[in-house]
Amino acid sequence: MAEYRLKTPLSEEDVRQLKVGDIVYISGIIVTGRDQVHRRALELAAKGEKDKVPVNLEGAVLYHCGPIVKKVDGEWKIFGFGPTTSARMESVEADFIKEFGVRAIIGKGGMFERTTQAMKEYGAVYLAHPGGVSAVATKSVKRVIDVHWLDLGTPEAMWVVEVENFGPTMVAIDSHGNNLFLDVMNKAKEKVQEVYKTL
Amino acid sequence: MSDLRESLINGVFEMMKLAAFNVPDDVKNALKRAYEIEDNPVAKANLGAIVRNLEVASTERIPICQDTGTPTFFVELGEDFPLKAGLREIIEQATVKATQEIPLRPNAVNPWTYENSGNNVGRFVPIIHWEVVPGDELKITYLAKGGGSENTSKLYMLSPVLGLKGIKKAVIDAVVEAGPKPCPPIIVGVGVGGGADMAMKLAKKATLRRLDDKNPDPKLAELEEELLHKINSLGLGPMGLGGKTYALAVKIEWAHKHPASLPVGISTLCWAARKSIAVFKPDGSMKVLMPP
Ligand code: SF4
Repeated sequence: MAEYRLKTPLSEEDVRQLKVGDIVYISGIIVTGRDQVHRRALELAAKGEKDKVPVNLEGAVLYHCGPIVKKVDGEWKIFGFGPTTSARMESVEADFIKEFGVRAIIGKGGMFERTTQAMKEYGAVYLAHPGGVSAVATKSVKRVIDVHWLDLGTPEAMWVVEVENFGPTMVAIDSHGNNLFLDVMNKAKEKVQEVYKTL
Repeated sequence: MSDLRESLINGVFEMMKLAAFNVPDDVKNALKRAYEIEDNPVAKANLGAIVRNLEVASTERIPICQDTGTPTFFVELGEDFPLKAGLREIIEQATVKATQEIPLRPNAVNPWTYENSGNNVGRFVPIIHWEVVPGDELKITYLAKGGGSENTSKLYMLSPVLGLKGIKKAVIDAVVEAGPKPCPPIIVGVGVGGGADMAMKLAKKATLRRLDDKNPDPKLAELEEELLHKINSLGLGPMGLGGKTYALAVKIEWAHKHPASLPVGISTLCWAARKSIAVFKPDGSMKVLMPP
């Protein structure tokens, strides 16, 4: 296990060096995107209108997060910046990685086979942020740079946020086909057979 | 009377604020202990972040988690407490104020139109469980229940022939199915008996117990320990990324049941166990019992 402090944008080398179990802190720019951002961006891509996606996501860090925000003195401020459940994005994430070239996805609860495959193929990682650890994440926010697609509602909008030492996040899917969540789950499912015998 | 109303609105608002920034000491201590005994580096990093998050939230008054939960209240109303009518409105007003001022995330959504009410008040929300008890005090327990950990609740309507073994298996199965979803470490509440509704209500109530209390029934105390040990032996660990502590505690409540049924309700509560308890006197003065 190693610890890394990475700066955005991330290169393919940045993420290929990471292995499951490594700990990563991110500084630079994080873009939030959950259900609706995925849907809208992929719809634009399907129509050949990728340039209408307001942020260039090449090498970007995409964060599954619906922040708590409030306008203070005319500027957006973030009051909650913890991760949301990534499983909801499983059906679209592989395509999203392929279309937009994001290098890291941060979320909670893990993702599954298709995303793991896409990460291996295109060179990306899944970073698990401890679920609910929102106060620490909020403190790492330096400022809100921009927000797009606010018509989707504040949790679903695309927030472009500058952070410093955002983390700890743990590499739970690396770009070599390893998936720590699935490994732990599979072991638990084996172990449970033994536990049944002791009930 | 309007003074009492005002005191109650402010009191409930204070309870919600306390819970947004603090978890009770028993939960905090259990998390610290889990951190100390852990040797898996990923688990240790998760628990370290959780413990630090609690400190930051409490000292800097930033909500612990961005999902500030569904406001849920257990009200024990003394039959001689001077104010009875309008308690729901009082709780609703406190909720609106808390949503604006803390701020809380608006989490009350119409299930047909998906419209968000914007202030955490809606049909049957805040969720309130009422009980009338002897005495002249009003005791309120508040729980801010996150969606992630509510989603892994389970109800098993077992065949009574399955007995104790069936109950144990239901708890283990619910946990394996929950996996990383409820942001473990979690508190596992189990409600046995009653009907379907009662089993679920008891399960949620069980998650409100102090983690360091001991079930007064020695057999149940033993069962709680046994289940906790078995759950943690699966190695799911914090956040489902492996380690020693998936559950901080298992707590069991029960009711009598119909001869043909064996309801088992399971309620999972994430480590961000934001709960507060306060007692109000007839003059509106308030004593906070939890968090200390
Ligand atoms: S399950 Fe709990 S800790 Fe996790 S995101 Fe929901 S409220 Fe927060």
